[in-house]
Amino acid sequence: MNKATRDSFGEAVKMVGSTDPKVVVLDADLSVSTKSILFAKEFPDRFFQMGIAEQNMIGTAAGLAFAGYTPFLCSFGCFLAGRYETIRVSVGYSRANVKMVGTHSGLGTGEDGYTQMGLEDVTVLSALPGLTILQPSDHLSTVAAVRFAASHVGPVYLRLTRQKLPALYQSEHSFQMGRATILKEGRDIALIGTGSMVHEMLAASQLLQGVNPWIIDMHTLKPIDRSLIKSLGNSCKWIVTAEDHSTIGGLGTAVGTALAEMGASAKLIRIGVEDRFGESGPASELYEKYGLSAKRVAERVRSLL
Amino acid sequence: MKKTDSPDELRSLARQCRIDIIEMLSRAGSGHPGGSLSAIDIITTLFFSKMNWDPKNPAWDDRDRFILSKGHGVPALYAVLAEAGAIAKEELNTLRRINSRIQGHPDRAALPVVEASTGSLGQGLSIAQGIALGLKLKKSPARVYCMMGDGEIQEGQVWETIMSGPKFKLGNLVAIVDCNNGQIDGHVTEVMDLAPLADKWRAFRWHVQEVNGHSIEEILIALDKTATPTDQPHAIIARTVKGKGVSFMENNIGWHGMAPNPEETARALEELRQR
Ligand SMILES: Cc1ncc(C[n+]2csc(CCOP(=O)(O)OP(=O)(O)O)c2C)c(N)n1
Repeated sequence: MNKATRDSFGEAVKMVGSTDPKVVVLDADLSVSTKSILFAKEFPDRFFQMGIAEQNMIGTAAGLAFAGYTPFLCSFGCFLAGRYETIRVSVGYSRANVKMVGTHSGLGTGEDGYTQMGLEDVTVLSALPGLTILQPSDHLSTVAAVRFAASHVGPVYLRLTRQKLPALYQSEHSFQMGRATILKEGRDIALIGTGSMVHEMLAASQLLQGVNPWIIDMHTLKPIDRSLIKSLGNSCKWIVTAEDHSTIGGLGTAVGTALAEMGASAKLIRIGVEDRFGESGPASELYEKYGLSAKRVAERVRSLL
Repeated sequence: MKKTDSPDELRSLARQCRIDIIEMLSRAGSGHPGGSLSAIDIITTLFFSKMNWDPKNPAWDDRDRFILSKGHGVPALYAVLAEAGAIAKEELNTLRRINSRIQGHPDRAALPVVEASTGSLGQGLSIAQGIALGLKLKKSPARVYCMMGDGEIQEGQVWETIMSGPKFKLGNLVAIVDCNNGQIDGHVTEVMDLAPLADKWRAFRWHVQEVNGHSIEEILIALDKTATPTDQPHAIIARTVKGKGVSFMENNIGWHGMAPNPEETARALEELRQR
């Protein structure tokens, strides 16, 4: 069943809200889009509509956390990351137990164009000490990520898609925070994707006759799974990362840093948005143009051989 | 482009722009009709009557500037620019398509005539203030108009500019609020009420006028009043109807960010042609 991870979030936050009365939700006039509206309808007393005022929402969430609640605050990822300095002090440095939910990640946002696309959110937020960054790739892993966020003490950033993604997992247990999921074992080449790009990598491997790559779902971007990177880095010739995000400071950067620090022999190829802005267009055409589609990923891998 | 002060001619131009808005959104298959239709009478009046600009020379130094802070309403701006000849009408067919200058939200790098890249709400008035300061420093007679949504001015940054505009004595700055009482999650009065809005701007020492944002006559008079030399920045609180001109879109929040399907498009166009 195809489902946008934002839809899965809406259902999951309602679920955790029904068992945990400490869960509260804030939104900044996008509850219809982030799907926090599902929680708002069920628990109107624990939902705070902040209007188009993201900074105020972030600070208020920090205060609710200090008062003993577990706030989930929601907007598009770009508008949250845009309030970086507020997050830096009110959430990060304050060690506030705030869960930040950023939807409309990357080029997959489509026709609305660059101003609505989270393309550097992981870059800026990953510099914050103690912040866990999760990017699930299907319905059940999103539900698991929301459950994890609700029970974990500490700030979390959840990066979600506007577009629908196919189901990948049979059970929530496939998702273990901090431990990447191995979708397929292989040799010589490892394809490490996150979020929507996990599906492009799976489709790319179908196009790559005669190639037998590892396929990894790197759903936890911080803390990154260094032990898996280490073993792949020593056994593979090529590591290919793929993310619907800037290649500067996202998954590719984290994997590359880990590989270099451990002196791994594998070479790195980073697929993502390469130091440029996004634009309007159907998501599938943007993926093609910017090199993120399964076809373009397969071409890139093929060129390595 | 022929400039005019005739309310009838401006109404007819605005009607044509409404048709262009519906057609371009329908073709694009996504976008924001509600806030485009609520703003179009004001934007038409500015560009075809009160603003000093030249569609054939959009980089002219002393041109009056228009900043569309509520960037999602850009179909209204594209329609006026096309009607005025600043961009080709055929280009409207590329709205929201890949490789187009006609982005879903204004992109000044791709299309410099839009003056500012907006779409993240709350930023336009600061940019307009900066342009107004620069023009004043250059002793340019040009004026700066900034159009915002009422939901948009819930952003804190807007209030920082409302605070600073009077300090810098920016009589050349005109802020226009498209008060259609609609945003995404509901009515502005429920989501985050702004009342008493005019009093708040007045308390921050702006020259404030309240108008019916669909009465060309009232818009013309209000804009004329902002032309009198003064040190006070101007705010025009325009009472508008979201989706104005298409009966089934009027005051219906669902039409904030949804394009009409072919059947709805036909109905909308028929209504507009009969106006
Ligand atoms: C900073 C920021 N937060 C959220 C959004 C998403 N958004 C787009 S339009 C909109 C509602 C705008 O309402 P209003 O300003 O009243 O515009 P109008 O009703 O005139 O269309 C929102 C919340 C955004 N574009 N920018």
